[in-house]
Amino acid sequence: MTVRSAQSSRPDRTEGHGAAAVGRVHSWDTSIGVDGPGTRFVLFTAGCPLRCGYCHNPDTWAGRSGRLMTAGEVLARIDRHARFLRVAGGGVTVSGGEPLLQPAFTEAVLAGSRERGLHTALDTAGSLGHRAGDALLAATDLVLLDIKSWDPAIYRAVTGGEVAPTLTFARRLARRGQPVWIRFVLVPGWTDGVANVAGLARFCAGLGNVERVDVLPFHSLGAAKYAALGLPYPAAGVRPPDADLLARVRGQFAATGLTVC
Amino acid sequence: MSNEQAWAGFTSGRWCDRIDVRDFIQHNYVPYRGDASFLAGPTDRTRALWAGLIELFEVERERGVLDVDVHTPSTITSHPAGYIDKDRELIVGLQTDAPLRRAIMPNGGWRMVETSLAAYGYEPDPDVREVFTKYRKTHNDGVFDAYTPAILAARRSHLITGLPDAYGRGRIIGDYRRVPLYGVDALLAAKRAEKAALDDCPSTSDIIRDREELAEQIRALRDLAAMAADYGYDIAGPAATAREAVQWLYFGYLAAVKDQNGAAMSLGRTSTFLDVYFSRDLAAGRLTEEQAQELIDDFVIKLRIVRFLRTPEYDALFSGDPTWVTESVGGIGLDGRPLVTRTSFRYLQTLYNLGPAPEPNLTVFWSPELPPGFKEFCARVSIDTSAIQYESDELIRPRYGDDTAIACCVSAMRVGKQMQFFGARANLAKALLYALNGGRDELTGVQVIPGLELVSGDVLDYADVRARLDTVLDWLADTYVDALNVIHYMHDKYAYERLEMALHDYAPGRTLACGLAGLSVVADSLSAIRYATVRPVRDETGLIVDFTTTGSFPCYGNDDDRADGIAVDLVRSFMTKIRRRPAYRDATHTQSVLTITSNVVYGKHTGNTPDGRRAGEPFAPGANPMNGRDRHGVVAAALSVAKIPYDQARDGISLTQSISPAALGRTRVEQVANLVGVLDGYIDAGGFHLNVNVLNRATLLDAMKHPQRYPQLTIRVSGYAVNFVRLTREQQDDVVNRTFYERV
Repeated sequence: MTVRSAQSSRPDRTEGHGAAAVGRVHSWDTSIGVDGPGTRFVLFTAGCPLRCGYCHNPDTWAGRSGRLMTAGEVLARIDRHARFLRVAGGGVTVSGGEPLLQPAFTEAVLAGSRERGLHTALDTAGSLGHRAGDALLAATDLVLLDIKSWDPAIYRAVTGGEVAPTLTFARRLARRGQPVWIRFVLVPGWTDGVANVAGLARFCAGLGNVERVDVLPFHSLGAAKYAALGLPYPAAGVRPPDADLLARVRGQFAATGLTVC
Repeated sequence: MSNEQAWAGFTSGRWCDRIDVRDFIQHNYVPYRGDASFLAGPTDRTRALWAGLIELFEVERERGVLDVDVHTPSTITSHPAGYIDKDRELIVGLQTDAPLRRAIMPNGGWRMVETSLAAYGYEPDPDVREVFTKYRKTHNDGVFDAYTPAILAARRSHLITGLPDAYGRGRIIGDYRRVPLYGVDALLAAKRAEKAALDDCPSTSDIIRDREELAEQIRALRDLAAMAADYGYDIAGPAATAREAVQWLYFGYLAAVKDQNGAAMSLGRTSTFLDVYFSRDLAAGRLTEEQAQELIDDFVIKLRIVRFLRTPEYDALFSGDPTWVTESVGGIGLDGRPLVTRTSFRYLQTLYNLGPAPEPNLTVFWSPELPPGFKEFCARVSIDTSAIQYESDELIRPRYGDDTAIACCVSAMRVGKQMQFFGARANLAKALLYALNGGRDELTGVQVIPGLELVSGDVLDYADVRARLDTVLDWLADTYVDALNVIHYMHDKYAYERLEMALHDYAPGRTLACGLAGLSVVADSLSAIRYATVRPVRDETGLIVDFTTTGSFPCYGNDDDRADGIAVDLVRSFMTKIRRRPAYRDATHTQSVLTITSNVVYGKHTGNTPDGRRAGEPFAPGANPMNGRDRHGVVAAALSVAKIPYDQARDGISLTQSISPAALGRTRVEQVANLVGVLDGYIDAGGFHLNVNVLNRATLLDAMKHPQRYPQLTIRVSGYAVNFVRLTREQQDDVVNRTFYERV
């Protein structure tokens, strides 16, 4: 495991508000049951301040690589799917990258989706939680909060960033009573320490607004993207967790009374 | 038994005085709105019977066929009664005297019989050969007497492939329910009356043919009764119990598969009909749930062992020995009541009790209005077995009513009131290449379509190419309909489906079902020509053999109207051209966007295409986007396919999707709910057909390595299901290479 310096989080350069808000978009996708409840339209914003060594979407790291779109353009695309999403049960998830790098744009997409009667979810690592205004959170039905590690040193080593802002954001969401699903990527040798997991489980259980915890087993399917981008793959050689490890970690979360999936 | 005794407890109606199975169902069935918790598992008897067959399947898989009777051309009464295990069977009847022993059916064509026998190491019987080469003309002989040079050229060049000119056309569903409801005597009386009604008509060739066909139907019904008698059953009168109802119905179906080796020998829509009998016996205490399930399990075992002798060429087109014993389950009635009964559940339950299997081809008529308990059970069965397909009840019901079933894969027809003239499919991608090459074949250089000019210039121009394609499609549509007219004229003449048609009303509706393959290849190719820059690469004779494409272009399957619109336009325009050519017996022209597994063979015979597909590479199956070009997930792909207008492809539009379990949700409950949601969303969006495979690519790769570990691994291809291990290697590769929705 190597420590990388976190990229300084640039100020949000997108301009405009509402439908005119401009953002940098990596891509859009439709998915089922993995980015929030039901069938979802998933907007991947471009740019992320973290550099998680196991990230499976390194192609979303650089903000400049994204395509400029207005929230109105994104919402027009969502409109084409809105009926399907409503009938199938599901909604819109803004993911990334890190959506909170572009809070005005993210807010406009979430608020516009909400106006269309769609369930809204924000998928964030929380390190830029302070940029999420109350209006953005009010337009968000569910926060998918990725907490990469409990132990600050491990967090730093894995992501190149600090865990404290994420925990601050988590507490703020708890105060607001905002529904949260915690996402924890289980990387053998990196994040699987008993104490690390136990600390995170205790913290999450104490928040009171965590509806469930998704323990996501590390997989190496992102490796090809590193090669394509000409980047070294820090997780090379890391194996996916075996069933025993997965069961232990899920058990640790469940033991605190949390719902684990 | 008299009608009064057999029908005791049933609510009477019009059905009592005339043949009207729908009326009987509507007056007597009770919808079931609960969940699957009432279902029973397999009994020891069922397990033992099935285990005996599994051993035979293993031998059959190794040899290709288990056994063939080379001496006895199959008819309804050709073989003595046969059993799997007489003491254990609840429902009896085999196609020949032993299970999995295949029969020859030479009326379709003698050459096909000989080729099939040779493929599996059997010698034909010389006497039988003499009869069918010297004294008795076959369907195949007749067709080739009347084919035109244009048809022969289109066929030879694989512009049109898979025509039923050497095998049984199938896709005709006898209303087998009539046998238990009325008994054979009443059916005979009705047929005699239909024939008598023609007595005063002028003897035109149409009327003469009708009279002769009715006489054949009457003869077939007598044979049906004789066949049942050989098994010790008198089916002159109606069935009086659930067990008899299943047995009578199966006899009807069995007679059909002894009479015909049609490509698709579909069963119809029988579960809710039979449920009336099951409910009556259960209410009277004559039957337990376990016994009810046992009868259905036993019936389904019989449907799973229907076999036909076929050639390796046929197998390459329609791989895995399919018989398309399609059974349509579910749907909503015209009065708004769901047509779901406990027996609908019992049919699906066989996939647990006997394990997954491709046959019968269980087809759920899906509507968002179906009872939640049934929807959840269907989704659960799909996730566990990948063995069922879905068709839109919302599109079918308003057009065909609520007593409609699917023949083969996606062809809807009113049971007992409508039949189809099956017509395989035309290769649209090859047609595009002919448009560029002035009617010459891109692989052989042979001039197939006369009077066309080669495209000139360095860059392909969309308007020019589209106009040239139009000319080729005009020629293709005319040639194609001509071929089908010849085929069906001769099939009626030499290989008439006397028993299946005896279980239809007189003068049924007829459709002439054309089809197209390569839709996504052509849509993407035209999109490339329109939105990117495509330069043809010519060989020394001026033939365009490849393309270089610069720039990007939208692809079909991403909910992008630029590309999807091209696909829609192609379907509309080809349908319009087909409709212009008169059809045999005044049939209504239809077409399908369905390839079955022939997408592999079509691709093999088609050169490089402007979309970047390389020569020989498979097409996408059915109406699917090309592999890997749908980049925005399952919903966007589904929305693209749903744009193809059903009324321009009334023979069905097929979409096959593979999803890994993890890409449907993290828990089992979520996966079920999410699949229900996707089905609701797709049908609501106007989608017609969806095959759902829920499995991991890794499982398929392992099955290729260790087939013996996966004897029952079932996957949906285009419109049917197969045992994965029985696919050809090429087809296995094709399935593995298809887009899998999994989460990276």
